[in-house]
Amino acid sequence: MSRSLLSIDELGVAGIQRILELADTMAEVNRRPNPKVPALRGKTVCSVFFEDSTRTRLSFETAAKRLSADTMTFAVSQSSLNKGESLRDTIETIAAMGVDAFVIRHASTGAPWLVDGWTTASVVNAGDGWHAHPTQALLDVYTVRTALNRTGGFEGLRVAVVGDIKHSRVARSTTAAFKALGADVIWVAPTTLLPPVVGETATDRLDDVIGGGDGVDVLYMLRMQNERMTEALVPNLREYTTRFGLTPERAARLAPQTLVMHPGPVNRGVEIAVDLGELPGSVINQQVTNGISVRMAVLYDLLSANPDSTSDIEINDAVAAARMEQP
Amino acid sequence: MTTILIRGGTVVDPTGTRPADVSIADGVIVESIDGDPDVTIDGRGLTVTPGFVDLHTHLREPGKEEAETIETGSRAAAVGGYTAVVAMPNTDPTQDCVSVVDFVRRQGKIAGLCDVHPSASITVGRAGRQLTPFAELAEAGVRLFTDDGNGVQDPLLMRRAFEYSKGLGVTMAQHCEVEQLTGGAVMHEGDCCSHLGLPGWPALAEELMVHRDIELVRLTGAPAHFLHLSTAKSVELVRRAKSDGLPVTAEATPHHISLTDELLRSYSAIYKVTPPLRTMDDVVAVRDGLADGTIDAIATDHAPHVAETKEQPLDQAPPGMLGLETALGVCLAHLDMALADVVAVLSWKPAAIAGLEALHGRPVVPGEPANLTVFDAEEEWEVIPAQLVSKSRNTPFVGVPLRGRVKHTILGGVVTVENGIATR
Repeated sequence: MSRSLLSIDELGVAGIQRILELADTMAEVNRRPNPKVPALRGKTVCSVFFEDSTRTRLSFETAAKRLSADTMTFAVSQSSLNKGESLRDTIETIAAMGVDAFVIRHASTGAPWLVDGWTTASVVNAGDGWHAHPTQALLDVYTVRTALNRTGGFEGLRVAVVGDIKHSRVARSTTAAFKALGADVIWVAPTTLLPPVVGETATDRLDDVIGGGDGVDVLYMLRMQNERMTEALVPNLREYTTRFGLTPERAARLAPQTLVMHPGPVNRGVEIAVDLGELPGSVINQQVTNGISVRMAVLYDLLSANPDSTSDIEINDAVAAARMEQP
Repeated sequence: MTTILIRGGTVVDPTGTRPADVSIADGVIVESIDGDPDVTIDGRGLTVTPGFVDLHTHLREPGKEEAETIETGSRAAAVGGYTAVVAMPNTDPTQDCVSVVDFVRRQGKIAGLCDVHPSASITVGRAGRQLTPFAELAEAGVRLFTDDGNGVQDPLLMRRAFEYSKGLGVTMAQHCEVEQLTGGAVMHEGDCCSHLGLPGWPALAEELMVHRDIELVRLTGAPAHFLHLSTAKSVELVRRAKSDGLPVTAEATPHHISLTDELLRSYSAIYKVTPPLRTMDDVVAVRDGLADGTIDAIATDHAPHVAETKEQPLDQAPPGMLGLETALGVCLAHLDMALADVVAVLSWKPAAIAGLEALHGRPVVPGEPANLTVFDAEEEWEVIPAQLVSKSRNTPFVGVPLRGRVKHTILGGVVTVENGIATR
């Protein structure tokens, strides 16, 4: 067990499995009428978002609150960064207030690793640059695990990740997590939206991946951002949707058991050009719900492992803590 | 003036290698000294060579004195065995006119630790639009012109620069980077950048400009020098240009013969540099280029930065690494070349490119100026950032085994470094 969660690679297969099992416990808590346990009472979790992401921040803060941790938010617009304060000074200042965990979102690759070097608090990478987004990857594999009831791993599972992989931390992390659990992952994108060196199987033919009802088990659609047009990476959104979007025609050919996933927010009419209600295999909402359980599992896992955590309250076993609160 | 005797060392100079005592009086190497020398240096086990010459030093003054000054940079140079450095013009204000160039030269003289030879920019303010007054600057002693930090992007402007410079006895030195291919780039484009999700600096961006300038040299007949070559293909392009008889020279940095892009996996901006650290294949190609003479010189691209800027995330931190104090140690540890050939790329070959061959890189014989370096070619050591004399600490060589350490440096008959410590 480690003090911080920075990447799927550093977490490793055993770590992934540990989080997924813990997430089952947290999901049980979340199904209760009063979904709150005192497991992290006295702990302080600070979200430090140098890049806007209301969804991810809310998900983490909800997770922390359901474990009874105190939460703080540092948003860049309210910060002194605009006054020239360095990342290091910001982190050391907040750390001096007695924070047990930082949840960091930053537009620069590697920023959470730098933060991890400057504090003894736990650090959770909530997305850095185009690089990594490990809790998204964990909630993705957790969603597939529960939807398909595959607690034993993903051997033989076929996953296609479709879209702007080059600029996507989600694609990198979720690919790593699916592969760690034994799945086969294929990337679907034009060469302009792939990294310069592609270590995965890749194709620019989405129709081959969908097949005629015998295609992949998981279709993971990425968000297509408008600014990619101005960089001449694709000619226009219409052509992108024609080649790489989930159109009604493609949806009709999907096997009904094919899971459709998306990290959100969906660019309607672009990467998903079909009503989500018409996609029986869509687990996009479950991803959001599961995000809470998985982030609870991550925070619990880290804070119970960090000897430098400043709280004087013993963290009990999450399950025991949960029982204490049972009516 | 003091007299110095270096006793019992092995002299390595352009004429060969031999055991010899070296006597110095009045700043000049002499046959012998009358009476006892003022200073005696025990040269046993040490190598005595002409002083090193760095074609590529960022002294940061004027403009960024918080990172380095001409004095502190000169001290770092002396500790690294350098008796002359070419000061890069990307200062603030830019070294694009005689007054700034004169200021840099004068500050170098005042520091008195190393001959500071300013280069000048090719374009005014390094803005890539208007040529600097080459003739006035040549008159003021400038021999190398470069917009280093940026390449001259406009091919027409570069053609004019080559054409106009002909006959002035000066050389255009290019930082080869087609900027349209490197926008936002942080590191070498390849395996590692793909994994890290960082915008890549493709080898092609360097090679396209190397190719362009080689063809401009062929067209105009003016000489060109290529700064900090970093890719295998660039080395091959220069090799072919030389075999065609074109007047081109090239340099490589200590870090491009020793470090690779894999170091960026640490997320530390200490390893961010322009051009970026490349792959092991490129490192080997650059070493081979030095060994076969395609690359003429080791140039440090010494680029001091204050610690705070290098603590920033990779995409925000400025590029650049220290190099002066570790160059010899890196070269002897990483180049599979004869000692005399390593000294050649550190001393007399760069001296010729810089137009300093009358004073630096001379044979160590009576009548020659006493600009000398005395080093232990075998000492193995590791750099400790806190012990650097540069004002900055951004060395990428922490934990890298170094071999060869400068003991004494003599500039114009004055000992500037004694037992590894600067005397002033």
